[in-house]
Amino acid sequence: MTLAIKASLQRGDFTLKIDIDLPLGGVTMLFGRSGCGKTTLLRITAGLEKVRDAEVRFGDQIWQKGRCFVPLHRRRIGLVFQEQSLLPHLSARGNLLYGYQRTPESLRRLHLDEVTDMLGIGNLLSRPIDQLSGGERQRVSIGRALLTSPQLLLLDEPLSALDTQSKREIMPFLSRLAKASGIPVVVVTHAPDEVERLADRVVFMRDGRITAVEPLREALARPDSPLFADEGAVCVLEGSVLPVRDDGLARFGNERIQFLIQSDRALRGTPTRLRIHANDVAIARHPVEAISVMNQLPVTIERIDTFRPGRVLVTGKLLDGQMLTAEITEHSRRKLRLDIGQPVHALIKSVALLD
Amino acid sequence: MLELSPADWQAIDVTLRLCLYTTLILLVIATPIAWWLSNGRSAARVAVQAIVALPLVLPPTVLGFYMLIVLGPRGVVGGSLESLGLHHLAFSFEGILIASVLYSMPFAVQPLTEAFGNLGRRPAEVASSLGAGLIDRFVTVILPLTKGGFVVAATLTFAHTLGEFGVILMLGGSIPGETKVLSVLIYDYAEAMNYEAAHRLSLMLLVFAFFILFVVYSLTRRIEVAKV
Repeated sequence: MTLAIKASLQRGDFTLKIDIDLPLGGVTMLFGRSGCGKTTLLRITAGLEKVRDAEVRFGDQIWQKGRCFVPLHRRRIGLVFQEQSLLPHLSARGNLLYGYQRTPESLRRLHLDEVTDMLGIGNLLSRPIDQLSGGERQRVSIGRALLTSPQLLLLDEPLSALDTQSKREIMPFLSRLAKASGIPVVVVTHAPDEVERLADRVVFMRDGRITAVEPLREALARPDSPLFADEGAVCVLEGSVLPVRDDGLARFGNERIQFLIQSDRALRGTPTRLRIHANDVAIARHPVEAISVMNQLPVTIERIDTFRPGRVLVTGKLLDGQMLTAEITEHSRRKLRLDIGQPVHALIKSVALLD
Repeated sequence: MLELSPADWQAIDVTLRLCLYTTLILLVIATPIAWWLSNGRSAARVAVQAIVALPLVLPPTVLGFYMLIVLGPRGVVGGSLESLGLHHLAFSFEGILIASVLYSMPFAVQPLTEAFGNLGRRPAEVASSLGAGLIDRFVTVILPLTKGGFVVAATLTFAHTLGEFGVILMLGGSIPGETKVLSVLIYDYAEAMNYEAAHRLSLMLLVFAFFILFVVYSLTRRIEVAKV
């Protein structure tokens, strides 16, 4: 499925110029600083912003071209907004069913029970919405959008108005959403951790333009990735949580590589991604014994990039082919005489399960 | 004191019909205008806002005068009606109804503009994303969420039409059963030195107007409290 958008817009100082064929599937994250035009792009896609001479096409449906303009209520898009946007005169159930009732029976693929189960909101149905927490409201909003059985889900910073606790509550639902429903999801965000957690593909935006469209793996593989601008370089590894053993530790990974994790942290949810800050990774030529670091994995150096003055990013391939990045000083690199193709050991001081 | 003459009843009938029709027509016309006005600021919007507010500052005789010219037998509207074999609109109930609609416009448009402005566009966008068309959105989302604004607009329009005098006198004259409303009848009574009859109707209007404004202000207070 492709979303094709062609639009240009001048509003005061702000210029938007977009011409893109965006392959959709899974979760696509639209990433950029605030004011870069990502929300405008989302609103053009939804038909809420009517830009002259813009063209919007979804698959073989033309949503906007010349005089043709399909209004939002005929586009079958699920929309979730940043701030809470439940209809205040309806209960949670009334909100959930508002779109469902307006979806022709032949197009309904998701039903109330499935959606409330998926989002864990079955017990909230009869509540007036002012008695719901921020996280609960946002889950009802997502459910409400899903119940229209949309062909595309657009989420505009769905997490940024939430506290950490509510975020943690919603993240797992979002990551399951695309897989469970099969609906392509586009999420606008300015938070790198949300991208690392959820994205299959990243669209980078800056100053009203799209600068790159890449799979997450590639977006994290270049040292100049905009995702690293604030919090430094990270890498994301995929795998699953393996059961706790006699030593009281859980494992994350697969049959080739395993990370040890304190079990109390591993047991929440079913995380499938692990984030490691490049700063928390050290490189050794030989395995190091008698050291407190729990995770030591052999890697083969694939590339070495200058990152910041005096510092380099060393990217190594793990035994299962996934990449791990270490940020070390130029000095250490020279001292250890690191080079591409060399087998070394990565010492990982801390890992974070993305749940 | 409260014994009303047949002429009084006739004037009450004309007045109430005028108020009711004006209110209904204005709610239909003012809703889209107010919705458009509440959608941000632009030169066109400011101009329309100013035009809508004109009756607030103009002497009613000015509006009445222009209406007379336009709707009368030689006016653009009145003349065309005449040439179609119909009657012109000066000195008729339809004529003063049109004048009332224009004259009371700000009292319908302003409360609605404020109600829509406070509501914002989000609820309508949400409803749209959930598959609701224009009418559906209005009936199931916008109306329930701004009903306070509609009540205020309707009551103010009704009450203001009740108090109309100059426009009607200019355009409608004083034809019993057609254009003679309460305010005009009171004027006639006072001119004829029939102070008792004038007093009877004046007091009635005074009490009624107070009652309506009391209702409006207690409603707006309730709405403001509910918002907090």
